[in-house]
Amino acid sequence: MIKSNKTKAGDIVFVVICLFVTLICVIPMVNLLARSLSDTSYLIRHEVYLFPKGLNFDSYKTVLSDSKYIVAFFWTAGLTVVCTFLSLFMTTICAYPLIYQDLRGRGIINILITITMFFSAGTIPNYLLMKQLGFLNTPFALMIPSCLSVFNMIIMRSFFYGIPDSLRESAEIDGASHIRILLKIYIPLSKPVIATLALFYAVGRWNGYTDSLMYITVEKSELFTLQHLLYNIIQSINSVDTAAQEGFSKPGLSESLKSAIVMFSTVPILCIYPWLQKYFIHGVTLGAVKE
Amino acid sequence: MSKDANYIEGYKPRRMAVTTAFKKYWQLYLLLLLPVIYFIIFRYKPMEFIIVAFKDYKLNMNLWDMPWATTKKEVDIFKWFVKAFSDKNFHTALTNTITLNLLDLIIGFPAPIIFALVLNELTAKRYKKVVQTIAYMPHFLSWVIIYSIALQLLAPSSGLVNIVLNNMGIESVDFLGKADNWVWTYILFGVWQNFGWGSIVYLAAIAGINPELYEAAAVDGAGRFKKMWHITLPGIKSTIVVLLIMALGGILGGNFDRNFAMQNKLVLEKAEVISTFVYKRGIKSLQFSLTTAVGLFQSVVGVIFLLSANFLSRKLGERGLW
Repeated sequence: MIKSNKTKAGDIVFVVICLFVTLICVIPMVNLLARSLSDTSYLIRHEVYLFPKGLNFDSYKTVLSDSKYIVAFFWTAGLTVVCTFLSLFMTTICAYPLIYQDLRGRGIINILITITMFFSAGTIPNYLLMKQLGFLNTPFALMIPSCLSVFNMIIMRSFFYGIPDSLRESAEIDGASHIRILLKIYIPLSKPVIATLALFYAVGRWNGYTDSLMYITVEKSELFTLQHLLYNIIQSINSVDTAAQEGFSKPGLSESLKSAIVMFSTVPILCIYPWLQKYFIHGVTLGAVKE
Repeated sequence: MSKDANYIEGYKPRRMAVTTAFKKYWQLYLLLLLPVIYFIIFRYKPMEFIIVAFKDYKLNMNLWDMPWATTKKEVDIFKWFVKAFSDKNFHTALTNTITLNLLDLIIGFPAPIIFALVLNELTAKRYKKVVQTIAYMPHFLSWVIIYSIALQLLAPSSGLVNIVLNNMGIESVDFLGKADNWVWTYILFGVWQNFGWGSIVYLAAIAGINPELYEAAAVDGAGRFKKMWHITLPGIKSTIVVLLIMALGGILGGNFDRNFAMQNKLVLEKAEVISTFVYKRGIKSLQFSLTTAVGLFQSVVGVIFLLSANFLSRKLGERGLW
């Protein structure tokens, strides 16, 4: 009796810890949402905590009526879709042949691929290559170099390994070609891993700004990804903001506007990932623990 | 990474003649063609440009025609390495890289393990799932977004954190504008971003532990923490070691996205790291030879660290990466 009471108390401690952790994750986002929906005057008086005061959608209206954000939003969305399909295609055609244990050259290719995981030429050589290929200031620089991730390829290959060889062999006996086996057996059975990798690639592209920063210059600013644009905005508002805190100009608008911009570029992913949770947990696990 | 799922120890497939192999598998080679071209052009071709580190980079000149690095008209191929190491800014960047990565290792590395252990103790499945979903959320935010959240949350006068501090009678803290504070903010936001996501791997490893071990321990009268210490932790040890090796391999590396997004002019003395130094001096100021040398140094040291960590863990009886 005493023992079970003790266990109960212990359980409650862990429940409380988790509740606390959850709050730490959520509060910044709630605060952000509250700010973006609040009226300027309350923001200036530092009265906004977790609930919006003077509820209004002005800053969202400002964001949505500014063609700069809308263009960057749709450009990045389109880029994300194209890159995700391209990457999934490349990952599949790279992973599938490598599961054939008696494929000649498989060993060498595996080694060459693995080396690139641990040793890369570096930022500047990559940049000089982009320059030589004429990719600078073109959409290619944002699509091609990142279109195949070794890590993701290994996840897919591990999943393919988990599909029984007998399926493949019986299809071979029936005279199916290897590409047909891939299309008719492997891909339909690999939906969970494809969903996972689609999420990884899409999130990577949507959140990425490094390549845009390095390979795209101001002359082609219409090619900036949304996060790159956001970076520029935040860096420029930043100095204004410090002035505002000292009471020089009206800070409220830029403050809630900034929150609105951030919400605006985060929401797409926050809407998607919870639905794919059961898949990506499996995917992450495939990539890392193998006994 | 380690071996694939159904790798069979000692299994050596019979070798086929090249022509037979090609006849049987031509479609597979066809599929591999694009990825192989990709790896050659985008992963191996850039290595050719490493030679820039040993030359004096000249704009609009063929890579191979460029002169070797010279000091006082004498060929001195290590000129740029020497230059880098006598550069004060590079020293700062090197020190900061190591400091930040070590702090990440000490604080950021155990966080997902602890979180996984805590989650594992939850009995209510629904609740556990909700906690997990929310804890994964920060991983899906970009570093630009995280920094802008930090800016708003921690702003000296208008940020939520400082408002709360003020209400408690504590003076406002400038979390992002003072170098020392910035370091801790940077580290803690790193933990915030990764603790949930990082725990997935450990939870999977915990799920793989034989439940009979827990039952046996319970019969022996082991409590919750004894079980954690003597069963769960040893059960996930090999996973911890693998990830630790990777982390040690990255001690000179760094996440450009994270650093560059989070740094600001006020804190550069503590925030500038090698990757941001390379970007600014290389792509922004066009000092390609110097920065290629720095990048090469970084890559080589990374590989050395990885290999040593792996070697060490095998010596200590762990599996290591390979």
